[in-house]
Amino acid sequence: MALRDSTPLNPWRRSRDRQRWTERAIELLLLLAALSSIATLLGILYVLVGESLQFFQQVSLWEFITGTRWTPLFGDPKYGIWPLLSGTLTTTFVALLIAIPFGTAIAIYSSEFAPATVREILKPLLELLAGVPSVVYGYFALLVVTPLLQQVLPWLPGFNMISAGAVMGLAIIPLVSSISEDAMQAVPNTLREGSYAMGATKLQTALKVVFPSAISGIMSAYILGTSRALGETMIVTIAAGLQPTLTFNPFEQAATITAYIVQVSMGDLPHGTLQYQTIFAAGLTLVLLTLVLNIIGHLLTKRYRERY
Amino acid sequence: MVTSSSQTMQRLDSQFPIKAEVRSLDFYYGQSQVLNDINLAIPDRQITALMGPSGCGKTTLLRCFNRMHDLYPNNRYRGEILLDQRHNILSPTIDPIEVRMRIGMVFQKPNPFPKSVYENVAYGLRVQGRTQRSDLDEKVEAALKSAALWHEVKDRLKEPAFNLSGGQQQRLCIARALVTNPDLVLFDEPTSALDPMSTAHIEELMRQLKAQVTILIVTHSLQQAARFSDYAAFMYLGKLVEFQKTTKLFAEPQDPLTQSYLSGSVG
Repeated sequence: MALRDSTPLNPWRRSRDRQRWTERAIELLLLLAALSSIATLLGILYVLVGESLQFFQQVSLWEFITGTRWTPLFGDPKYGIWPLLSGTLTTTFVALLIAIPFGTAIAIYSSEFAPATVREILKPLLELLAGVPSVVYGYFALLVVTPLLQQVLPWLPGFNMISAGAVMGLAIIPLVSSISEDAMQAVPNTLREGSYAMGATKLQTALKVVFPSAISGIMSAYILGTSRALGETMIVTIAAGLQPTLTFNPFEQAATITAYIVQVSMGDLPHGTLQYQTIFAAGLTLVLLTLVLNIIGHLLTKRYRERY
Repeated sequence: MVTSSSQTMQRLDSQFPIKAEVRSLDFYYGQSQVLNDINLAIPDRQITALMGPSGCGKTTLLRCFNRMHDLYPNNRYRGEILLDQRHNILSPTIDPIEVRMRIGMVFQKPNPFPKSVYENVAYGLRVQGRTQRSDLDEKVEAALKSAALWHEVKDRLKEPAFNLSGGQQQRLCIARALVTNPDLVLFDEPTSALDPMSTAHIEELMRQLKAQVTILIVTHSLQQAARFSDYAAFMYLGKLVEFQKTTKLFAEPQDPLTQSYLSGSVG
C-alpha cells in the first residue's frame, strides 16, 4: 500500500515516487510468476475435466467407479476403473514397503549417527540414485530384478508388480530420506541435549525425541513419496505389465493408470473418440487420488505441527 | 588482568560437606582454551551460583559436570571433578550416561519433549528401562510435587507439554530433572527466557529444592545470584576469580576484578 505524502514540499518526493513505481512493478512481476503455476494447474484441470465430462456423457459414472473390467479397446468395451486402480495401488504399496523403512532408516542414520565424513559421501550418492532416469529403473526391474526373483519363485511371470514396485521403491528412497532428514535436522539441539541430559543413549534420543519432534516433516516425506509412486510411469509401464487386471496380488502382472495412459496415447487412436477420452478420465482419477492424499497429508501435518 | 590468586584452591571454611570438587580443570574448544585451571568445591545441598560476563566460561564449566561436551567433537578437557569425594566424573573410564543419570540439568529455554506432561517427566525413568506403571506414577507425582507443578497439571497429565505456559514448561523441565533423584542439578540461566512472575516462582522453588538436592546455577543476573544463592563464584576470561559465601562476596569482595564487576564497571 502506498503511503500518501503529508507534506507537499517533501524534497525526497520525486525519488520516492520512482521507488514506489519500481516496487509496484516488481511486486506485479512476482505475482505473475506465482500465478503462472496456478494457471498451469487450472489449464491441466480444464483439459482433464472437459474431456472427462464428454467421456461421462457416454459412460455412466457408476459403471466407471464400480466396474471390475477395463476393456475400452475391445469389441465389447467395459469401463470399470478398478483393474487400473488395483494395479496402481498395489505397485504403490510395494514401493512404500521398500521406500518408507529404508528412507526413514537412512534419514535417522544420516541425521543422528553418521559422522560428517560419512554424511558427505552418503548425500551425493543418494542424489545420484535420485538422478537415474526412470527408464533405466524400468529395465533394471524387468531385466535384473525379475530374473533374480524368478530364481527363487520360478512361477513368477516376466511382467509383475512386485519387481516394478520394489524398484520404484528404490527410486523414491532418496526423496523420502532427504525430506525426512531435513525435518530431523531442523529439530533444535536443545531437545537432543535435554534427552542426553536425562541419561538417554543416542538411539533413545533419536527414536524417542528427535523422530517424534520431526514427525510432521516425516509425514510429508511419506505423502510426497506416495504421490510420486502413484504417478510414476516409466518403471511400471516397462516392468509391471500392460494388461488391466483386477488383482491386488503383487506377484501378478497388471497395468497401472499411468501405464494405460502411455499405452493409449502412443497408439493411433483418433482424437475425440470415446477410447481417446478414457485416458482423461483415468488421468483425472489419478489427480483426484493425489489430491485427496495431499489433503490428508496437510491435515496430518497440521495435527502434528512442530512446536519445539 | 586476572590475578594469580585464582590459581590456588578456593577452599571454604564452611560447615557443609562437599558434594562435588573441581580440580585443576582446563577446557579447550579446538585450539582455544576456555577454562584455565579451575578449582572449586560445591557444598552439599546449597545453591552455588556461577556468575561473570558473557564468554567467561561459566556455562562451559557447568556443562563439564554432566559431560555434555562429549556430544561434540573437538572439545578437550583435562582435570577432575570428584563427586562425593570418590568418583571422578571426567574420567574416561566412567560412562557419561551414568553421570547424566545422577546429575540433572535444566536449560536456558524450556525444552519439553513433544510428549504428554506425564511422559516428559517419566522420560528419565523410561530411558533407564523402568516400565512398572505404579513405580512411574509414584515417581512422576513426587517429581511434579517437588517442582511445585502437581496441582496445576494433575488433571492434565495426558495433555501435550506444549500446552503449558512458559513458566510451567520450565517447572516441568525441573520435574523431569528431579525424577531420577539426582545428586546434583545444573541450571543454565533457567529464568532468562521467562517473565518476572515466572522467574520469582522458579527462584522460590529452588530455595525449597535445596533441602533435597545440590544446585549449581549459571546466571548473569547479579541480583538473582544475590537473591537466592548461598555461595557464589565469579569467573572472568576462563578463570575463577573469587569464590565465597554469597553474602560475603557481595559485601566485601576480595579481588579488585570482582569489585569492579559488582560495581558495574566490568562485564
